[in-house]
This record gives sequence, structure tokens and C-alpha cells, in this order.
Amino acid sequence: MARITVNGKTREVDADPSTPLLWVLRDTLGMTGTKFGCGAQLCGACTVHLNGSPVRSCGTPLSAAIGQKITTIEGVSATAAGKKVQAAWMALDVPQCGYCQSGQIMSASALLASKPNPTDADIDAAMAGNICRCGTYPRIRAAIHKAAGTKGA
Amino acid sequence: MTTTLKNPARRDFLKTGTALGGGLVIGIHLPQALAKQVTTSMPNAWVRIGSDNTVTILVARSEMGQGVVMALPTLVAEELEVDLRKIKVDFAPPSEVYINNLLGAQITGGSTSVRDGYDKLRIAGAQARTMLVQAAADKWKTDASKCKAANGTVTGPGGKKASYGQLAEAASKLTPPKDVKLKDPSKFRYVGKSLHRMDVPDKVYGRTVFGIDVKVPGMLYASLAQCPVTGGKPVSFDDSKAKAMPGVRHIVQISDGVAVVADSWWQAKQARDALTITWDEGPNKTLSSEGVHQQLSEALDKPGVSIKKQGDADAALKSAAKTVDATYEMPFLSHSPMEPMNFTADVRKDSATLIGAIQFQQGALGLAADLTGLKPEQITVKTTYLGGGFGRRLDLDYVSQAVQISKAVGAPVKLIWTREDDMTHDFYRPASLTRMQGGLDASGKPVALTLKMTGPSITSRFVPPAVKDGVDPFMTEAILVPYDIPNQSVSTVIHEPGLRVGYLRSVSHALNAFANETFIDEMAVAAGKDPYQYRRGLLEGKPRFRNVLDLAAKYAGWGKPAPEGVGRGIALMEGYETYMAQVVELSVKDGKPVVRRVVVVADLGRRVNPNIVLQQLEGNIIFGLQAALYGEITLKDGRVQQTNFDKFLMPRMPETPKIDVYVVDSKEKPGGIGEPGTAVLGPAIGNAIFALTGQRLRKMPFRLA
Repeated sequence: MARITVNGKTREVDADPSTPLLWVLRDTLGMTGTKFGCGAQLCGACTVHLNGSPVRSCGTPLSAAIGQKITTIEGVSATAAGKKVQAAWMALDVPQCGYCQSGQIMSASALLASKPNPTDADIDAAMAGNICRCGTYPRIRAAIHKAAGTKGA
Repeated sequence: MTTTLKNPARRDFLKTGTALGGGLVIGIHLPQALAKQVTTSMPNAWVRIGSDNTVTILVARSEMGQGVVMALPTLVAEELEVDLRKIKVDFAPPSEVYINNLLGAQITGGSTSVRDGYDKLRIAGAQARTMLVQAAADKWKTDASKCKAANGTVTGPGGKKASYGQLAEAASKLTPPKDVKLKDPSKFRYVGKSLHRMDVPDKVYGRTVFGIDVKVPGMLYASLAQCPVTGGKPVSFDDSKAKAMPGVRHIVQISDGVAVVADSWWQAKQARDALTITWDEGPNKTLSSEGVHQQLSEALDKPGVSIKKQGDADAALKSAAKTVDATYEMPFLSHSPMEPMNFTADVRKDSATLIGAIQFQQGALGLAADLTGLKPEQITVKTTYLGGGFGRRLDLDYVSQAVQISKAVGAPVKLIWTREDDMTHDFYRPASLTRMQGGLDASGKPVALTLKMTGPSITSRFVPPAVKDGVDPFMTEAILVPYDIPNQSVSTVIHEPGLRVGYLRSVSHALNAFANETFIDEMAVAAGKDPYQYRRGLLEGKPRFRNVLDLAAKYAGWGKPAPEGVGRGIALMEGYETYMAQVVELSVKDGKPVVRRVVVVADLGRRVNPNIVLQQLEGNIIFGLQAALYGEITLKDGRVQQTNFDKFLMPRMPETPKIDVYVVDSKEKPGGIGEPGTAVLGPAIGNAIFALTGQRLRKMPFRLA
């Protein structure tokens, strides 16, 4: 049994310590908002926060998450940045298929938490790890600016 | 275990739907064992009304991002007279009533959802509303003309009121009216308005259930080892190590490979990696990209099947003052939706339940019936949200696999592919070669055009009867140039190099438009004319083409000099009954083309939701950018060389250009918008590269010399 804190709640999980956090969240805890996209930390669909920093949960073993604070898409609205980001996402109708959006929102929330007024270059850097095959990038950029209350270049 | 597959896709495929009026399901009663004793009635196949006034609209197309879950209920709700924001949406089961009249099956594809549904769904809404009004009139013993429906309530003489929930059961027993009057478009409350998509909040909070999120009681997880050469089969395997690993319950051989079934997916995947399998790699084991190119080059020299013959192109070429001769090449391409293929099947002795992300409901039903021996009525097919489709989920290999595995182990199973499985076992967009020759007269006007295209045929596999006299209609969708050229000879040669191919967003439009719109640019250059004006002069009597072309040039500032280091390219196309032109502004950085801005002008007739149209056009550009600058599937020893997103590259945030979309306000009938933009972008980029660098690139993805 391993003990992890997910969205402020302590959870006991029975999984091998080498199991990626992604599959612990999805299959062991039934929290399917975090998505499997590539399994190789290349697409960002599985992004969660570990102590507030964005990490790819497909490449984070359970052992590295023990005792850490994990935030997922199901809990990010409890953070100030996450709440703003989600509101902007809805105001601008960002998602299309929606599959990558959990990861996009987690990356954007972490960006805003650390840089409340991101520039376009900040957005490029923070979001480059998240692929969207539907091509929602223009709206993601606009939504981050909207959430921050800044104007895009 | 051996299973023979029997072409399930063909079942009902070509049957022409007559869903309008005749096929409506009447009076289906769905009692639900809810505490509140809510009864549910269906005036027709698209509308379900609960006695608690809950209105559910059934969506018979798959939601893969293109917004059908919003657009299609909008059409029903407009005529049903209910509050669109309060309705619920459910995905429809497989049924002939839901056949897409433009495709002959219950298929989501071909940018047809709105085109097929625009009248049909408004009629369905009006029909249900008429029946509810009639039920109220019967109840109040008055004439229906004295009753009026609005906001889910019927009002009658003397202030009488009844909610839809109170009327639904009686209404469902009435004979559906044959003719219903539809609203004048000027009275539309929802259609044509940029309403927020109702699926967005769930997607923002991580609540949407995609195929991969499905969970059923007692479910096990499967990971499947497939032959590294697609089409190969397992011969034997050693599972001595795998079966001893934690959580492993079953290891079974199916038609396409060896599956490990375990308590969790990660356990299944770990054990799968510990299998040792001997494969019969099949006929493609020596296939290479060079070999494919060689085969297609040879096929191009074979006589083609004529698509169009007008005048005498050969003679006109010979007597032309100037000629242009060019061959355009497209690579194989992978769909790579963000949600890897996966499916959940629960096959029992006398029933089967199939749940997941599919674009072809009847196909899944037919396939499961063939594999299990069950009757279609014993099989339930539930469609979830799709984490992208782009045509990949028309092919149901992963459904077949899940059904076979569940049947073999006697438990519900969720099969999940890895990204590597997905990228190396796709049904790829066909590679193609197109050779074009053009002749110009002394004034530069084109007098002759010959075109011969070769590549594999998707339709020969997917629905063989649709390939007639050697012509695959999904190889030639945009093969005819819109330009006024008096002598033309257009032909195709189907050639199968071996790698399996499938329908990918915009299908042959992309292959055809790349060749045609690059070639006309080359003709303009040969004529010494401006590429925009040259096209314009050849579009006499084609106002919709000319209009989008003129607007794109205007909004892009075509006549004005481009900024230093920037080249502009233009292209146009009609596809899915939508007319479109694009202008690309491009520069070069570190030896690579960088798209800075794209101006898109679309004339797609009436729009159901302009906001979704904009979303689609933006997404089309990013998808087209991937194909033009990044996307290429290559082969070596029969193996696809790109296994993940480090090799099959995607545009990301920093590569995203500014996209300026203009949509023509039009009252023409609706055109499709999910796909055409992807096809126009490639040639516009190539033409911009030429304008900037003088390099004419005739192969995608574009790489500068």
C-alpha cells in the first residue's frame, strides 16, 4: 500500500511502486480525467501537478509521488489559477474533441500560478509540451491571455 | 483461437436510407426503473421525452471534436420548440433509421453530418412538435390550430397549458404527420447563432467519458501484441515469463496477435512486453518507402482509367507555345488521434455489449454479430465521445480485437493500444503520385491539361462495390480543376503497394488539391502572370469560386508588397460543397519554412453554429500544417518507422500561425466544414515557399533544399 495525496485527499493505493502515476490515477483510483496519449512524455495529455509543478504522469512512477501533493483536472478548480483557466476555456469554447484538454488546462494553470501575466513567449514555452490534434492552439493562447487578464500580442 | 473475419463493414453499407418520415420509430416505450417512476416516450427516433419533462435529443453521429453534439440537437430543438440549453443529449444506437443518406450507412465522415441532417433533423423536430400539439388538442377536445407550442409547453384556448412531459405518451401513439411546415429561416432562434458548445464544461472539468474511460463491472484490461509488420499473424508464442507476472489473468491468441489480459492495464502491458512471439510477417515484410515510390512510379506509366476527356489534350499539348510538366508526391500519413485506439467488449453466451469510440455504428454491430454468432438484436452498441477520429475510427480492427479477446476469456475486457501500436497499425492516408502536363498558348492562356494519378484505393477494401470500372470515387474527389481549360485528359491508376490505407480527414481532396493548385501556380509562373490574377481569369462564370478567391486576396493584401523575408502563396478548392480560398504568409528560419499567417475565406452556405465553423476552420489549418510541414510515414522492412510523437511530429503552440478566418454570409444550402481547409493549406504553403525562395517543392512534407 502506498499513500498519496490527490486533490487534498489522502488515498491508499495498492499498486507496484514502478507503476506510472497516470495508471494509478486512472485505473486504481478511477480518476479518468487525466489522459493517456503517448506514454513517453511527448504529448502532455497526462499532465498533472506535483506540488504545483506540471509533470507528465505517464513518466512519473508512483514511488515518486508518495508523500507529494498531486493535483489533477478533477481538482484544479480549487486553485485560483485553475479556476480562472477553466472559466476562460469555457468562455472561448476552446475544446473540440477535448481529449488533450485536461493536460492543456493543467499546463496552463501551472503557468498562470507561476507567471500571472504571461507573454506570448511564456505561453509558447509553457505549452509546447502539449499536443492538440484538433488544433485548438489559437484558442488556448487566447484563453490563457483571457484568464490572465492580459492582451495577446 | 482462430477467427475468420467476414467483412462486417459491408453490412447495410450501400443500402440507401429512407429515414425521412418513413422510417421513424413510433411509440417506443422505455420504462425506466427509476425511483421517481419516470416514464419515457419517443415521438420519433431523435426525441425522447420523460414524464418529468426531460427532453433528450439523440445524436446519431459520433462526436470527435467537430461539434455534432451541439449542431445536430440545435436543428431538432429549433423546430421542437424546447429550450436548447436544457436538453440532454444521448448517442443513438445502430439503426437503419439513423443512416446517413449521403453515405448510405450510419457513418460519421465526409463532412456530411450537417448536410445530411439539415432538413432531416428539423423535420424530426417539427414532426414531434406537431404530434405533441395534436395530443394536447385531443386532450382538450379542440383543434390543433388553436394550440401553440413554445418552450416545452403547449398552450390552448382559455389559457390551458400542458407540458411536453404530460403529453409525450399520448403524442407517441399518434401517426406521425407526413408533411410538416418548417420555420422560415428569419424566425430561427438557435440555428445560425454562435451558441456555446454544450459539451465544453464536461471537457474542461475532465468529466467527459471517452472510449478509454469506460468502466463496466468485472472488467479486465488487455494489451495486444501485434505483428510489427501490419497484416502479419502470430505463428507461436512463449508466455512462460508473462503468465507469471502480477495481475495477469489470461493470455490468448487472436487473429491479429497475442493479448495479455490482467487486473490493470499497466500489468497487462508489462506482461505483453515479456512475451516472445514468432510472427508470419506476411507479404509486406520487405516493403520500404523506396520500394513504394518505385512501384508508384511504374504504375504511373500504365494506361489510366479516364475520369474526364474534353477536347484533344494530347494534340493541344503538342501545338502549345509553352509546356509545363510536373509530378507531385504525397507520403503515407497517420491519423494519430490523441486518444489511442481502445475498446470495451463484454461478450456473453447470449448477449454482447460493445462500448467505445467508433465512427461506424452499424459496422461495429455487424462485426460483433459475425465474430460472436449472436443475432444483431442480442448486441448492444454504445458510442462514447471520441478523442479524435479523423477517419481512423471508421476502421474497426480494434473493435474486432476487443470482441475476440472478451469472447476468449469470458469477461468484459477493455483493450487499450499504446501510442506505438496506434502509429504503426494505422490505416494510412494513401501515398500518391500525380503527373500533370499543361500547354499554354502564346498569350500564356492554358490550352491543354493532362493529369494522371496513381495510388492505393481505400474504397476497394472498405466498400468494394463503390469502386466502379477501376475508379475509386474517394481517390478523385477534387481531381478536376475548376479552371477553364479547353482540352483536358484526366485519369487514374489504382495501385496497391501493400500497406493498408484508410480515409483520413479530407481524403483525396488533399492529394488532388496539392497537385492541381501547385500546378496552376506553375502555369501562372510559366505564363509570367500573377498567380491570383491567373486563377481569377480562368474562373469566368464561377461566382462562388471567384468570390472566395477575391476576398482571400483582399484580406491578405495580395497586391501590396509582402514584408521583407515573407512570401505569399494562394490556393483554392471546392470540397464537401464548400468553396474556399487561402493565402499563406511564410518566412524561412534556420532553413525551415515557418507559416506566419493564414487567411481563410470559406463559403459554406448556411451555418448551424458559426462558432463551431470557426473552430473547425482553425483546426483545419493546424491539421493541414502537420501534413504540409511535418507528417510522413515511412517504411523499412515492412515496419512503420514512426512510432511516437518524437518521430511523427506535430505542430505545437510555438508553430501555430495567426489564422484569420472570413466566412461568406450565404443562404446557399449548407456545405461541409470539417475537412476542406486541411486540403487547401498544403498547396498554399508550397506556393508561398516558391514565391519566397524560388524553390518549387513537389513533395510533402515540404523540405527546403
